[in-house]
Amino acid sequence: MSEATVALEVLRYRPETDEKPTFQAYTVPYRDDWVVLDALNHIKDNIDRTLSYRWSCHMAVCGSCGVMINGEPKLSCHAFLRDYYPGKLRVEPLTNFPIERDLVIVMDDFMEKLDSVKPYLIAKEDRPLSAGEHLQSPAQLEAFRPYTMCINCVLCYAACPQYGLGPDFVGPAALALAHRYNLDSRDAGRDERQEVAASNEGIWECTFVGACSQVCPKSVDPAAAIQQTKIASTADWYKALLPPWGKR
Amino acid sequence: MSRKPYMRKLPTWWWLSQRRYTIYMIRELTCIFIGAYAVLIVIGLLRLSHGRAEYDAFLDALQSPFGMVFHLLALLFALVHTVTWFGVTPKAMPLWLGERRVPDAAIIMAHYAGWIVVSAAVVFLARVQ
Amino acid sequence: MFSAFVTPVMIFITGIAVPLGLLSEGALAYDRILALAQNPIGKLTLFVVVFLPLWHAAHRLRMTLHDLGVPDARAAMFACYGMATLCSILAGVSLLRI
Repeated sequence: MSEATVALEVLRYRPETDEKPTFQAYTVPYRDDWVVLDALNHIKDNIDRTLSYRWSCHMAVCGSCGVMINGEPKLSCHAFLRDYYPGKLRVEPLTNFPIERDLVIVMDDFMEKLDSVKPYLIAKEDRPLSAGEHLQSPAQLEAFRPYTMCINCVLCYAACPQYGLGPDFVGPAALALAHRYNLDSRDAGRDERQEVAASNEGIWECTFVGACSQVCPKSVDPAAAIQQTKIASTADWYKALLPPWGKR
Repeated sequence: MSRKPYMRKLPTWWWLSQRRYTIYMIRELTCIFIGAYAVLIVIGLLRLSHGRAEYDAFLDALQSPFGMVFHLLALLFALVHTVTWFGVTPKAMPLWLGERRVPDAAIIMAHYAGWIVVSAAVVFLARVQ
Repeated sequence: MFSAFVTPVMIFITGIAVPLGLLSEGALAYDRILALAQNPIGKLTLFVVVFLPLWHAAHRLRMTLHDLGVPDARAAMFACYGMATLCSILAGVSLLRI
């Protein structure tokens, strides 16, 4: 009895020998509970040990395994073979990022951008231990909770045409993270983040395509975060026009 | 081992490659008609300031076949503009009622209601008393 | 925002209702609209009605030119905002002359 199989076309790139990436075809067993990551692992274990790709948790919380599957950014551990079978799967590294090797992308730009938005609580003044813990109501938590769910998988950057057209764009995940801290009732650092967030390469590069929020596996909704930041920044700008001039 | 990262460029026609991008581009292109109509009104104001003869000629041009085709297209695109705008407003302006978020549908419906009221008011004011 | 609410009904009036006679005769007549433009509030309204959509469209068109791959960002900026400035001035001057 012959086993059901599914065909994969994977973009390969070996910097030491290749001038440019090329597709390589593989045939893997089809199992209806397998995800694309399982297929990649099968290839690496049984067919081609040279295939390189990132993965870790296999449960969509670590953000390591982002790839393009038939042109759509997805976590390979979160894309079931059964949703594509019997069609062919075209697996490529995430778009808009340089390819290091095979399905591994260079993420340095993203890491810098994440850092640049000061993703940590910035207190108004130093708080002694004796002041006790911050108190936060469920409503205050809910205001920023969705934006805390980002797993840094950068599917949003792969989906964002503005990032593709202009890699200076700070990008969806970093701006969503800035928003997460701006909305946190314990934080007083919005002004400090504005320099990066409200710059031309920040929120104003975004044209609300909305693809980022559509591909996000954790429903962070970075598009909403950016639009809300646009409105808040614009309000700031008008307020600065009112007396006392220049101060917010 | 030397590194040689390979950068793929976004193709020029990226917005034709996926439905969601094409819909986005159509949404953005509606602004051309919004702008064109505003320019038309500016021309109308110009003609108005030049006197009765020029203004009446402008009104006639509005009613020409070309004028009507332009208006129909402009209206279609203006409606797409309105519908897409209302659809995304809840994302940009989340509203909170006490502890809970006002549902997106409520915000969108309120916009449509406001739109109907404004449109009715304008039509009413346009009628010769 | 403004153009989302107001532009469709305006297009309907100038382009469909009046030519097809759905509104009363003379809704856009010279004397009537002139009187509107001579009134200070009418003047302001007419200006706002062109100014806001003009600049909204200019900005979005500039971003769209970038999306479509127009390489010279400054040229796109000057073309779009320049056009909007020109039309705003024309509108303003016309209204002030009335």
